[in-house]
Formats: sequence, structure tokens, C-alpha cells
Amino acid sequence: MSTATETRGSAAAEGKKKAPAGERVADWADGRLGIYSLAKANMRKIFPDHWSFMLGEVALYSFIIIILTGVYLTLFFHPSMNEVEYHGPYTPMQGVQMSEAFKSTLDISFDVRGGLLVRQIHHWAALIFLAAMFVHMMRVFFTGAFRKPREINWVFGFLLFVLGMFTGFTGYSLPDDLLSGTGVRFMEGAVLSVPIVGTYLSMFLFGGEFPGDDFVARFYSIHILVLPGIMLGLLVAHLILVFYHKHTQFAGPGRKNSNVVGMPLLPVYMAKAGGFFFLVFGVIAAIAALFTINPIWVLGPYRPDQVSTNAQPDWYMGFSEGLVRVMPGWEVDFLGHTLVLGVAIPLMILFPLVLVAIAVYPFIEAWVTGDKREHHIADRPRNAPTRTAFGAAWISWYFVCLVGGGNDLWATHFHLSINAITWFVRIAFFVLPVLVFWVTRRICLGLQRKDREKVLHGRETGTIKRLPHGEFVEIHEPLSQEQLHTLTAHDQYEPVEIGPLKDENGVERKVSRGQKLRAKLSKGYYGESGQIPKPTREEYHELESGHH
Amino acid sequence: MKKLSARRRHPLAALVVLLFALAATGGLYTAFAPAGEAKAEQESSKSLAIEEGKKLFATGCSSCHGTGGQGTSDGPSLVGVGAAAVDFQVGTGRMPAQQPGAQVPKKPKVYSQDEINQLAAYVASLGSGPAKPTKDMYDPAGADVARGGELFRTNCAQCHNFTGEGGALTHGKYAPDLGDVDPKHIYEAMQTGPQNMPSFTDGALPEKDKRDIVAYVKTVNSDNSESPGGFKLGGFGPVAEGMFAWIFGLGALIAVAVWVAARTAKAKKS
Repeated sequence: MSTATETRGSAAAEGKKKAPAGERVADWADGRLGIYSLAKANMRKIFPDHWSFMLGEVALYSFIIIILTGVYLTLFFHPSMNEVEYHGPYTPMQGVQMSEAFKSTLDISFDVRGGLLVRQIHHWAALIFLAAMFVHMMRVFFTGAFRKPREINWVFGFLLFVLGMFTGFTGYSLPDDLLSGTGVRFMEGAVLSVPIVGTYLSMFLFGGEFPGDDFVARFYSIHILVLPGIMLGLLVAHLILVFYHKHTQFAGPGRKNSNVVGMPLLPVYMAKAGGFFFLVFGVIAAIAALFTINPIWVLGPYRPDQVSTNAQPDWYMGFSEGLVRVMPGWEVDFLGHTLVLGVAIPLMILFPLVLVAIAVYPFIEAWVTGDKREHHIADRPRNAPTRTAFGAAWISWYFVCLVGGGNDLWATHFHLSINAITWFVRIAFFVLPVLVFWVTRRICLGLQRKDREKVLHGRETGTIKRLPHGEFVEIHEPLSQEQLHTLTAHDQYEPVEIGPLKDENGVERKVSRGQKLRAKLSKGYYGESGQIPKPTREEYHELESGHH
Repeated sequence: MKKLSARRRHPLAALVVLLFALAATGGLYTAFAPAGEAKAEQESSKSLAIEEGKKLFATGCSSCHGTGGQGTSDGPSLVGVGAAAVDFQVGTGRMPAQQPGAQVPKKPKVYSQDEINQLAAYVASLGSGPAKPTKDMYDPAGADVARGGELFRTNCAQCHNFTGEGGALTHGKYAPDLGDVDPKHIYEAMQTGPQNMPSFTDGALPEKDKRDIVAYVKTVNSDNSESPGGFKLGGFGPVAEGMFAWIFGLGALIAVAVWVAARTAKAKKS
């Protein structure tokens, strides 16, 4: 820091006068760690300001909250499936046989000081963590912030989301209550449906027949060590890359692809982010203090002979539940092996497909555009209609699966037949994304037209003026230079042309099928039907001279 | 007024107008809609109050169940269903049914307890069936709640949910919420198996077991049952929790983010 070096210089000039204690400590540390240069390079790092850039922060902070509360819970949780009898303070469980895992969760809830609150913070924060990652990912998607150079960071983020899902699932399974046990049974079904090796895998995972007495301990080390460890590593890499790439910003006056306009990390963002962390913690703690989540004391301990309705996973696994619920129960015999297609198709094929569809999109778009430039200006969703339409279609796809996963609650709360909902989901799974894609693209194009109109003709003020000769006109207020820049700053691609199929000598050129497909997609993306040409300088001036 | 008219072209003006319009229509609907019917039912119950047993049956039940309770294409035979079934069906207002459908819903009862007893006596005389339980058979006080919980999870939870909040069955049928059901009616339902519910005879589920189950339901799902973790969001499990986390959890955090982003340190304009 410049101020620090100045004081050092002046202190030296004044001679023997001893430097303040804090400075000496800092000097001592710098001599061994070299933090001055590191801090100098990074403390003034600039970040742009927009509320949607804080969604990732919500995810980061809820992850920290989960780790903090999780550490507290490990102090009291016993990951053991030994049978014990409950004799604690909760009377409706008196004398019930249960695993030690379930009993210790009851003890955390009723005996450990602050245990129930911490458990609820941990669980609510987990739901919010995944939801925050989801919307953060959608923000990055819809603003095109995944484009070069950020593709790898997009993949890291996606992996964090998927790992978060499985960390959540293993955590949900730990208390060994009736709900989570049903969830583990569901997972066992998925493992069993793997052709040929399913039974072997299941035996391996559970150490014998389900449920066995191993899975809680195994899930425990996966939940508290393996998955969070990988996630922590990925998270650090994710943040380092954000630093390295610098943050994207929306178009605006003075904002270029080569700069970042915003506030420095220190002091502004340190203060804001620090404050925001406590706000996130506060909101989650307030929710946890007021609303119960996973009340295992009324769910009871897991027994394979019991099951309850409303047995669903936490929301982030809900779409897999939906896929299974609406899938017809197909079963075929293949060379003496039973293939349970009713489970294998939704969980082994569709489940990864839904996730991968969104993860690979950036690479498909990069291939279509063939754009190798770096992009640091975030797109407005309307200016990339096909991408925006794809994203919206994917969300509708995901949501339809969620509706299928909660079909019983849709049925009871809207007085519908559960069979009708199942059929709706089966059809909507194929139809709705297409419909949403088409509608969203039309909306984007409409918004682009509106922007064009605004740039060329100004804002409609609603003020009607009567001219001396009797004609009525509405006054249009021209946009400011800043507004004009913001509305026209985006790039528009030209569709890729393959060129003539025969050269000047009439010899046929070899055009691969991939190239043809690419040209076709490119035409759909950037052809006449894919975008509205933004107003040019000439059009603007021509109209302007006509108006006045 | 001037302020208002200046804003009428604001981009959000249409939204505000729409919200007002929706609120007004909704308000008007709730103000004028339901009132009438409930009164009419009470009137008709008054006019029927004097009649007894068979007469009551002939007037209120025979159009579907036949004049002798032998059943018709619109309603099953009541021979041998017993007094307990009548006490449950009429006592919870399910009978007389309002309209055919996937399932006959619970509604305010039409007959008084005296009339119900008269009807029950008449139906019981058609053929022997389970009699009405006495209070000591279903009284939750002193029953084994923990054992009731285990029995409930084994026999009832797959349709009624962990704490008896209810759940969906096929084709629009459902297992109802047991929240405000009278202990007597819970007992009778297990005994007689109304509508889509299987019946749990005393051989399958002895009297003591039924009483334990009643006690469990009353402990975990009644107005004064405890919820140590706070508001229970309906007790529907992860779907309700997930929806809450999205709408109120993430919703609140996004609102906070917008608020924080709007209050930023202003850079010096050069």
C-alpha cells in the first residue's frame, strides 16, 4: 500500500524513532510472507456493483454457515447404527427402539444447548445454499458471463452445484429417520436398477443387504469429509478465477471490455461483503428460529417396514423424484436379467441428462458463434434471444420435474387427481420446454424492437400537444447519450456462411456435416428471425434531422 | 393528484393498476360469495330435527341407500355396517353426501347427535355390525403415545402422513387431515374403514392399539400439540420446506442484496 510505504519512509527519515507496534508486526510478517506485494496487487481490486452479482455471495456465505454449524453438530452426532432404546425428554418416543444416529439427533434437538437451533440453521442454510447456487448459475447463464475466459469457472460452479446436491443428500440421510431412510431406500433402488452390476454395487455400498448397519457411518465420512473437502477446493479455485478474470459488468458509459468500473475491494467491498455475510446469517438464523425443518422427532426412526406419504427429498433432489414418479413402470427381461427401465431410465439417463444439458450449453454456443474473443461485458438477456430462450426452457423442464416430484401435494392442495398431474408432467416434460423456448424468444425479440424504437424515437412521454393547425402529436423525449450507449453497446453476430458448395472450377468443396449443422444453428441464432438489428448511427442521425 | 398523474406513464404503473384491480375483484368476491348455503343447511336440519330413526332415514338417506337400506346404484347397502359407521359418516358431516365424486368430503354435520343416534339405531337394526365405541375405548388420556406412534407409522402414515396431515390417493381420492378429528371418530374410522380406507378390525388392531393410535394423533396433530422447532409449515415435509426456502429464504436474501447494492459508496465524479 502506498500509504504504508510512505510512513515507512518518513519513519526512516526521522531517524531512531521506533515505529508503532502494529507496523513492526506487519514488517516482521512481510519479511517472511511477502504479503505487502500480494496485498498491493489485490486490495484495490475493483468490483462492479449490481445486486445480481451478490447471488454468488449468498451461496458462499450460506456455505460458510453450513460449515460452522456442521462442525458444532459433529461434536454431538454419533454416526452409528447400533440399536438403542430412547429414554430422553421427548415423551412420544419413550421406549422406542432406534439407531444411535437417530437417538443422538433427538439428543441434539432436545438435550444439547442450542442444538435444535443449530440443526435448523444447518438444514435451512443447506436449502438456501443450493437455491442460491441455482439462481447464481442462472444469472451467469442469462448474462452470458460463461463466455471466454470463464468457461472453466462455469464448469467449476456447475460441479459445486452437483456436489452440493449429493452432500445435501448424504446429510439428509444421516439422522436415520423414517423420511431419510425412505430416501436411502430410493437411492438403493436407483443403484439396483443399474444393469448387470446393480445388485453387486448395492451390496458393496451398504455392506450387505439394505439397510445393513454400515451406511450411516459411510455417508457420514462422505458428508463431512469427502464431498465438502472437494467442494472447498473447488470453491477456492472458483474464487481465484473470479479474481483472475475480474468480474463482468453490464454495459454502460465508461464501461469497456478492457476495464472494470466499480468500487475497490478494500475498504468498500470488505465492508459491504462483511456486512452482507451477517445479513445472510441473520436471515437464515431468523428463519431457523421461527420455522421448523425436518422435525425428526415426529418422523420416527427408520424401519424398512414403515413408510409415510409426503416422503420426498429436499428440493434439489426433487426433480429426480419427479422423474421416477411419472415414469411408467417398465420392466423387461434381458438374457435372464431383469432390467428395471422404470427406474433406470429416469435415474441413470434422464437425471444426468437434465443436469448436463445446462452445463454443456456454453460450449455449444461457443461452437456456433466461433467467437474466440474475451467477453467481460455481461449481456442483457434480451440481446441473446436464443440463449435466453434455451435457459428459460431448461428452467421450465426442471420445474415440470419438480411438479412431478411433489405431485401428491399438488393433488391435495389444488383438489386435482394425482393421475392427471402425472399425465400432465409426462406430456409437459416434452412439450413445455419447446413452448417456453418459442415464447421466450418472441418476448426477447419484442424487447429488442422496443429498445430499437426507443433509441430511434425517444421515450413516449404521454404528453399530447396540439399543433397550430389542429394536429395532435405525442411528444417523444430523446434519450440521453448514456442511455443511447447502454442500449446499443452490445455486439451482434452475423450468421456463419458455408460459402458456395462448388469452387470457381466447378469442383465440389467438402463440407462436413458438422459445419452444415453449425451454419444452420448460426442462422437460427443470428439470422433474420433470431435478432433485431440494432439501430445504426446513420439511422439515428437520419431520423434526428427529420424530427427537428 | 398531480404527483399521481405525473407517474401514470411510469413503467410500473400498469403493474400497480393490475394489482389494485386484482385486489378489488378478490375482495368483492370474498365479500359476496359464500354466505347463503350454510344457512339453508341449518334450516333444513331444523325442519328434520323432530323426525326419528326410520323417518329420518327415509327422508335423508333412502334416495341413495334405498328405502330399506339395501343400497342402490348410487349408494352401497347399509345392512351390517353397524352403528359405528353411521356415527362416523353422519357425525363428521360426510353423509348425507352433497354430490357424487371421487370422495365424499367432510363438512359441517347436518344432524344433531340425538338424530344421529336414532339413525344409527335404525341402521344397526338392519344387520349386526360394529357398535359405537364407549369413551374409555378411545380416551387418549393414559394411553401409550410412543407405541401409538409406532403403530401409526406402520399402519396409517403411508396415506395420512407422519403426523396425520393427510395425503393424496389415486384419481382425486385422498386421506384426510386428522388434525381436528374427534377421538371417537378416529376410532370409528379405524373400526369401520369408511370410503377408501381399509377397516382395522379388532382382530387386526386390538382395542388398546386403536386407543394408543388415537392418543398419538392427538399428541402430535392437534391445536395444542407442541412444535419444539417453531412453526411447522403444515407438516408436509421437504416439499413445503423447499418452497419456503425458495420463496421466503432466498426471496428475503435477494431483497437484502438489492437493498445492499442500492446503498453504495458514491465514487467521486471527476
